[in-house]
Amino acid sequence: MRNVLTIAGRELRSYFSSPVAYVLLAAYLALAGYFFFALLSAFNQTLQMYSMMRNPEMVARFNLNQMVVVPLLHNMSVLLIFIVPAISMRMFPEEKRSGTYELLLTSPVRVGEIVLGKFLGGLGLVLLMVALSGYFGRLLVRYGNPEVPMMVAGYLGLALMATVFLAIGTLISSFTDNVVIAYVGALFALLVLYTIGWLGETMQGAAGGIVRYASITEHFSEMTKGIIDTKDVVYFATLLLIALFLTLRSVESVRWR
Amino acid sequence: MIEVANLTKRYGELAAVRDASFTAPSGQILGFLGPNGAGKTTTMRIITGFLPATSGTVRVEGFDVFTQSSEVRRRIGYLPESPPLYNDMTAAGFLRFVARLKGMARGDLAGALDRVLETCGLTDVRDRLLGHLSKGYRQRVGLAQALIHDPPVLILDEPTIGLDPRQIIEIRRLIKTLGGKRTVVLSTHILPEVSQVCDKVVIINDGRIVVEDELANLMRGRTLEDVFIEAISRDTGDGARAAAAET
Repeated sequence: MRNVLTIAGRELRSYFSSPVAYVLLAAYLALAGYFFFALLSAFNQTLQMYSMMRNPEMVARFNLNQMVVVPLLHNMSVLLIFIVPAISMRMFPEEKRSGTYELLLTSPVRVGEIVLGKFLGGLGLVLLMVALSGYFGRLLVRYGNPEVPMMVAGYLGLALMATVFLAIGTLISSFTDNVVIAYVGALFALLVLYTIGWLGETMQGAAGGIVRYASITEHFSEMTKGIIDTKDVVYFATLLLIALFLTLRSVESVRWR
Repeated sequence: MIEVANLTKRYGELAAVRDASFTAPSGQILGFLGPNGAGKTTTMRIITGFLPATSGTVRVEGFDVFTQSSEVRRRIGYLPESPPLYNDMTAAGFLRFVARLKGMARGDLAGALDRVLETCGLTDVRDRLLGHLSKGYRQRVGLAQALIHDPPVLILDEPTIGLDPRQIIEIRRLIKTLGGKRTVVLSTHILPEVSQVCDKVVIINDGRIVVEDELANLMRGRTLEDVFIEAISRDTGDGARAAAAET
């Protein structure tokens, strides 16, 4: 465990000792802030329109969660598809290029500790990112009246999804010594995972069910609605464990060649 | 003590090391010589446990590199061809990180850090970023990294490369003092370095060990250059055999 923390600490610090962490945080928060502003403006405008029509029934049905929080969470999840691979892309390629890979693998450290350490280091940055975007939720609570538990479940879903994204990015970065390949490979994998549900909508029977289950969006949507179901949590945990296990195998495979 | 027995390493069709056997005794500095591409780095990487061997065994301080890998790695300090440095860390921060990786107790850390900074002449640059250091300093940080946990076995792959003459002399002096209680394997292309520093010489050519002897025995009436040239031009490899078949 000590080794894991040593490696994770170095990994996390390395994001902040270069502009990487700041650029990624700024890009993510600026875009998410823009989405938030746009959604909120649309909400206000619609609300005003219905108020003028003096239709209290319609106004009462209006809901901050549905019109602002849920779409915001979905937009931020799309942003993470592009941002998280930028965090994971350097994990292994940079070590291989600078020769520090040799240092790590000839130290009395288990491969599992290396993989877990690097993953947790990156996770620190990813979770900080998600946590900072929680400020939008905080603003809504302060000036409006959203359903807080529902919003918290949604953010939890976002954090889980980002964790899975990072694990997949870590796996793909372990295959290569090239950051561009690591980035595009991870982006490709995440986009497939994100959009595979579209296929499921038109498919019938068992195959359709499987594809729908495999789609990460499906499980994330449930959580943005405020439903924390074991089956969704199990889905995220399964993907996370599979990705980390395969990373372990991929790093170990240096020893088989 | 390092015992290499019948070591073979194949990369697909290419055999980088063929049936190599040699011993590096404790308390001695072994000069590991050979032309570029002869298999020096591969052999060293196998000894450190970075690469697996295709066949054969390597024992370090009595522990098998393949079955007791972690025991071996605990006892080895390794300076690869290019020093493995994180450019975004300071010299002291990096060495502290390595010390923790090598499993040093927290209490011993500060003492060990000051010791290697001192012995490798890094005290002045301890808080500089590694990315901003000159090649000579980077090489010395690489050496400090190999020494920090005071390992009984040191594997140094061309440690004086990229240093200026004064630094070379300093590093050689340092390596010589390291010999006494440790096993040191030193690979280099600079033959005078070997005659000054080493107790024993192993020459590898085309993946085969062609010379293994005490330096004193080899040097009787000859220079190390003569020994080296003779050893690597001897008819040992497939290349030489093919050339012979052609004529």
